[in-house]
Amino acid sequence: MRAYPPHYELRAPNDLQGVLTLIADAPGKWRPFAGGTDLMVLFESGRLPRGKYVSLWGLRELSGIEANTGFVAIGALTTYTDIRAHPVLRSEFPLLCQAAAETGGIATQNRGTIGGNIANASPAADSPPALLVYDAELELISARGARRVPYHLFHTGYKRMDLRPDEIIKRIHLPRGRASWRQTYRKVGTRKAQAISKVCFAAAADVEGELVRDIRIALGSVAPIVIRCMHAEAALRGRRPDAEAHASARRALAQDISPIDDIRSTADYRMRVAANLLIQFLSELTP
Amino acid sequence: MPEASVAIRCRVNGDDVELQGHPMTRLLDALRRELHLTGTKEGCGEGECGACAIMIDGRLVNSCLVPLLHADGAAITTIEGVAQGDRLHAVQEAFIAYGAAQCGICTPGMVLAAVDLLERTPHPTDADIRAGLAGNLCRCTGYVRIFEAVLAACGRRPAPSTARTLP
Repeated sequence: MRAYPPHYELRAPNDLQGVLTLIADAPGKWRPFAGGTDLMVLFESGRLPRGKYVSLWGLRELSGIEANTGFVAIGALTTYTDIRAHPVLRSEFPLLCQAAAETGGIATQNRGTIGGNIANASPAADSPPALLVYDAELELISARGARRVPYHLFHTGYKRMDLRPDEIIKRIHLPRGRASWRQTYRKVGTRKAQAISKVCFAAAADVEGELVRDIRIALGSVAPIVIRCMHAEAALRGRRPDAEAHASARRALAQDISPIDDIRSTADYRMRVAANLLIQFLSELTP
Repeated sequence: MPEASVAIRCRVNGDDVELQGHPMTRLLDALRRELHLTGTKEGCGEGECGACAIMIDGRLVNSCLVPLLHADGAAITTIEGVAQGDRLHAVQEAFIAYGAAQCGICTPGMVLAAVDLLERTPHPTDADIRAGLAGNLCRCTGYVRIFEAVLAACGRRPAPSTARTLP
């Protein structure tokens, strides 16, 4: 059943300062509202918590992509469409562009934002695995000031985040210099477009000769949060990706992820597909 | 207390309009109920099917997921604004010629998605067309005729015989 609008307030201050002041006056009372591609769905089905929402849509300070010497900063309100189109992201952070391209259809990509995808904190979100692989850092802001959190520490439990009641996500910082890493992104769903993931896999490896010098592995839809697979990474770092390494990576992966049965898939299937995607990635690293 | 109503101004199909309503009102409802632009359809009501697609500031969006407040200052095109007066858009001509509509609920959104695709990508590949229409669900035709119509609209199938005008 659709929600009853008078149970809600939606306000749109003119600038970021206005948003932060409003939130600071009653911390925890105002929830941020960006492109609406998640919250309006909840609203229409009557599941959006009643209360006050502050619109961030159109705020200049949270928009745009900036490429600096050491990193690229992506404003939290940047849409999937803008991510897909950005030349630096396309050449240096292709997994993020691929994730953006596989999130919903064009109409969703025109409204959905990267900050919203993070803050909605779905374990099945498609862009977080790419952000984890790229060692993203979040810049959070409140009326009290700004702070940064490494993205792999941001999600602390199902729908729980290291985000204080008066804070919003301002920008996502991606360190540059990974363009030469071998990388892959694979979303497994029921259909090719508009699917919610059964398993979402992202990985990048710095390969020198026959050795994996460094590696990042991240998965969505296989744990209460989108997860960076530290055990599997450790099992592979500094090793040749041979059959023995494959086997230990597969065992380590089982420690990293905890898939469940739900309406989209089963724990067994997810475990098997996650491991297969990892092995496939490793198999293609060396000739 | 939550404010009961806001007044926003926007441009719809070239006309300046003022819309009043709760700020969370779905733009879809404002267009249909206040402006009686009933070409925009409600399908799923949760951003999956594309039947309620419109253009806002040149970008395709699902109007069921846009709160009225976000339409303030926007330039909106609905299906009613796709034809130029009596002249149908090439996509509309092609949909007629290729029988790309059956029950018609998905058609306004399909047409807008195709118009948007051809504006961004005048010479789309087959994959471009499929990706461009991936957010629009049809439960009747099975997509083949829709796909053929888009091919025709971009000149890759014979054009509809003659330009048609609205009665």
